[in-house]
Amino acid sequence: MDIKNGRTVKGINFVDLRDAGDPVELAEIYAQTGADELVFLDISATEEGRRTMADMVLRVAEKVNIPFTVGGGISSVEDVDILLHNGADKVSINSSAVKNPQLINDLVAKFGSQCIVVAIDAKQIDGQWVVHLVGGKVPTKLNLFDWAKEVEQRGAGEILFTSMDHDGTKDGFANEALAKLSTELNIPIIASGGAGKIQHFTDTFLKGKADAALAASVFHFKEIEIKDLKEELKRNNIPVRI
Amino acid sequence: MKIVIINYGAGNIQSIKFAIQRLGYEAVLSSDKEEILAADKVIFPGVGEAGSAMGKLKDSGLHLLIPQLKQPVLGICLGMQLMCKATEEGNTSGLGIFEVNAVKFSNKVKVPQIGWNQIAKFDSVLFNGVSENEYIYMVHSFYVPICKDTIAVTNYDLDYSAALQKNNFYGTQFHPEKSSLVGERILRNFLEVV
Repeated sequence: MDIKNGRTVKGINFVDLRDAGDPVELAEIYAQTGADELVFLDISATEEGRRTMADMVLRVAEKVNIPFTVGGGISSVEDVDILLHNGADKVSINSSAVKNPQLINDLVAKFGSQCIVVAIDAKQIDGQWVVHLVGGKVPTKLNLFDWAKEVEQRGAGEILFTSMDHDGTKDGFANEALAKLSTELNIPIIASGGAGKIQHFTDTFLKGKADAALAASVFHFKEIEIKDLKEELKRNNIPVRI
Repeated sequence: MKIVIINYGAGNIQSIKFAIQRLGYEAVLSSDKEEILAADKVIFPGVGEAGSAMGKLKDSGLHLLIPQLKQPVLGICLGMQLMCKATEEGNTSGLGIFEVNAVKFSNKVKVPQIGWNQIAKFDSVLFNGVSENEYIYMVHSFYVPICKDTIAVTNYDLDYSAALQKNNFYGTQFHPEKSSLVGERILRNFLEVV
């Protein structure tokens, strides 16, 4: 869920919501309908928006009985302290880790690996997977696989990998890159970007060797029901909570 | 019923307070010895690194109080591991309630284990009404091997303890407060049946 000033901003089309912009109500519905975990991404990028996000985290923790991760604009130990204290299970950092990799070590030392997710956005340029910032707009000098290994060595507990080449295409996840990440690293890899149909999820677990898969619009627009998705995964012998 | 969640500066305790609230009870966060002693039920949470968590317990003297409690105590995740003799994490000694040590997963599996896993082989009222092989939420790098206090088993890398019990002391490696309806049932059992 993308959150701006405490409200869900795009890609939500639940007709049965009383308040279409309320992330807490949407989170409750997802928890009840079988989502295993929720991710909230703050795109406010203002001081006030951040404070609103911390309040939203508290309200989500009050209502929701499954784990959730909060990301977006986190750049210090203090930022993380507030979010975890308010009930987030994990935080995800992206640009701030690229700009200051030591932040990963500092967060892990203070809060433990298990709650520190590093999100990596990357796309292919001349056959190389290049890490990008600002939602894929700004290229860095970092290679995806090198950066992912560094992130692991610095103690991150999970990697959330979004392929900017696949995001929004609804044409499937970046399974080749995912399989390489999953094989070369010893921490869980979450696949993101490209989900369009149920088969894509089956593929990303079997071919991409992903440990988890993230999607937004296919669920928000009810193109895929979580129940149907999980039943199909189970039919393919992928361990899944039903 | 007076429920106290021991507050010693370790991790995500709001979630436990809220989970108890969803069951219709109120829990108090406290590090006050008198308040903990007076509770009907005590919850001993823990998220983070074992060495620093144990250090905080020692700073406040709670490491001496907890093993002497007579009312039901539920350790969650790191809380359960700290109730053991010792843990490999930071080579830390524990509270010594359970006669077993927490050890690290091998590198044959991804560490930490993060996500949903199944529990089975129940041997306690804590699991009343819970079906074998139900899913619960786990986040950890160290585990407690099967031992005489094991009351539920799970598997990752190998079979190990998903929950422990000795007298009035209970521990779950998983997070009942994050384990959807199954977790709520287990928490309810701790509050109402144990």
